[in-house]
Amino acid sequence: MLKKEGRSTAVFENVEVLSASAFGGKKEGDGPLGKYMDFIAEDAMFGEKSWEKAETHFFTKASRLAIEKAGLKADDIDYVFGGDLLNQCGASAYGMREIDVPFFGVYGACSTFGEAVSLAAMTIEGGFAKNTLCTASSHFCAAEKQFRFPLELGTQRPPSSTWTVTGAGSCVLANGNGKPKIRRITTGRVVDMGVKDAANMGAAMAPAAAQAIYSHFSDTGLDTDYYDIIATGDLGEVGRELLRRLLFEKGIKIDSSLTDCGIEMFDKSSQDTHSGGSGCACSAVAFCAYFYKLLCDKSIKRMLLVPTGALMNTTASQQGESIPSVAHAVAFEAR
Amino acid sequence: MDFLKAFITGGIICAIGQVLIDKTKLTSARILVLFVVSGCILGALGIYGKIYDFGGAGASVPLSGFGYLLSKGVFTETEQNGILGIFTGGLKACAGGVTQAILFSLIAGIIFEPKIKK
Amino acid sequence: MQATKKEQEQYLKKVDKLTPNSPLAKNCVWAFVSGGIICTIGEALFKLFSAMGFSQDNQALLVNLILIGSSALLTGLGLYSSLGKRCGAGTIVPITGFANSMVSPSIEFKKEGFVLGLGAKMFSVAGPVIVYGLLTSIIVGTIHYFFM
Repeated sequence: MLKKEGRSTAVFENVEVLSASAFGGKKEGDGPLGKYMDFIAEDAMFGEKSWEKAETHFFTKASRLAIEKAGLKADDIDYVFGGDLLNQCGASAYGMREIDVPFFGVYGACSTFGEAVSLAAMTIEGGFAKNTLCTASSHFCAAEKQFRFPLELGTQRPPSSTWTVTGAGSCVLANGNGKPKIRRITTGRVVDMGVKDAANMGAAMAPAAAQAIYSHFSDTGLDTDYYDIIATGDLGEVGRELLRRLLFEKGIKIDSSLTDCGIEMFDKSSQDTHSGGSGCACSAVAFCAYFYKLLCDKSIKRMLLVPTGALMNTTASQQGESIPSVAHAVAFEAR
Repeated sequence: MDFLKAFITGGIICAIGQVLIDKTKLTSARILVLFVVSGCILGALGIYGKIYDFGGAGASVPLSGFGYLLSKGVFTETEQNGILGIFTGGLKACAGGVTQAILFSLIAGIIFEPKIKK
Repeated sequence: MQATKKEQEQYLKKVDKLTPNSPLAKNCVWAFVSGGIICTIGEALFKLFSAMGFSQDNQALLVNLILIGSSALLTGLGLYSSLGKRCGAGTIVPITGFANSMVSPSIEFKKEGFVLGLGAKMFSVAGPVIVYGLLTSIIVGTIHYFFM
């Protein structure tokens, strides 16, 4: 008897989110969620010698703080599920040199946090772990250098572009019943609707988000108003509107409860971030800093977090490929 | 008067570039290539020379002016040295600019640190 | 899951409708003015060096020196990217933009060393310009030679 509903949704009885930590950069700190973050690094290099080393530093510090906030030590953690946006997941690989815990490196682009939490929850529910750590990081400068253009280049960003969040979000999941729990996860499938424009990631990822959300509701039979908030990872303004329309075509109507971590992360009018935030840290930081607190103090009772990831790489794009995407839905419930 | 002509010529050429940026999905690298190639072809056809006579720096400062320089250089070399001039004319004409760009890039790379955008 | 061509076309039409366009008119005005100003500065420099008695060739070298040098300085100080955000093509198309496209990867990639980092990446944007510029010059030169 599988602990599942439908094709893609797993159901949990015993997984709680014991603690969460969020580190952000200056721009993130100046944004609407800044006051909820544990630490703001004013210096984008975070005292290190390169952007990549800085992102690694974010990864390690956020991980350590989450463990500390859970009242645990690294020895108490059974597995770490971690990932980031650097090539070959550099931040998590090099960061984990300093954390002596069995490690699963995962990559889902900007959906990495959703993927890490999903796998960690399954590991606990399956009886293989008592405590797991999930961390995801990204860095604006490292991402621009790797995926787009050098920072000093005088280019213009179109209105549909998004701003990679600098920072890391980390949480400890445990087998227990006191804190907000993870009730369900719905694992997305890779969807490609032919979008080639890397400056319009929201449009590329909206179909994957639609697929995951639709699967969630059809697997579970729940109504959309079961959740107080449905938050996608980084679809931004453009992607969110596309998502609404795609879901409406499938018979799912979501209005005011639909938000997006990328939209929540920055203030559009004063921070010049165009369509919103993106990157692995976007959903990780938004959840670990903000939404987790809302669940803890019961301001919201149930939320569906749907981190979304664009799975392209520069080589494939230069060969003319379009952008495939994936989304992972995680359903949290307050006690 | 020359200043006004330079301003207008340079402004129009840049505005054309802006239309390309906003209306097509071309990245800045591809746009720069387009301008250099166009400048070279228009220079070879004698058209860019007329634009230069009118606009002065307004025609030579944009990257299409760099292409024009390449066409002038290769014409001079082939006229003086025969067909083998096609291998030397272009680089000879732009040698100064390219060497300066390389030198300043090296110096700036050594002196400056990468900074985050605001 | 790969969608059918038809489904993709329908979706891309939706995307096109919902994706906001850049403010073309405003951007063109900024590009026109900023590009015009840079070229006017160039013109003034040409006149200055001409008055100082330099030959045509040397005037070009000196004007380039100043424009490329200023671009390198502004790029290094992080100011060129702020200018570029506003001015767009006005700062990309002039030779200052070409210099910026070489200086910026040079600064960014020096962390990876002088040879494979700074040295190689310097040409990541400018390389194609030189390659295809020279190719075009070879073609027009050949045509010119046979028509002479």
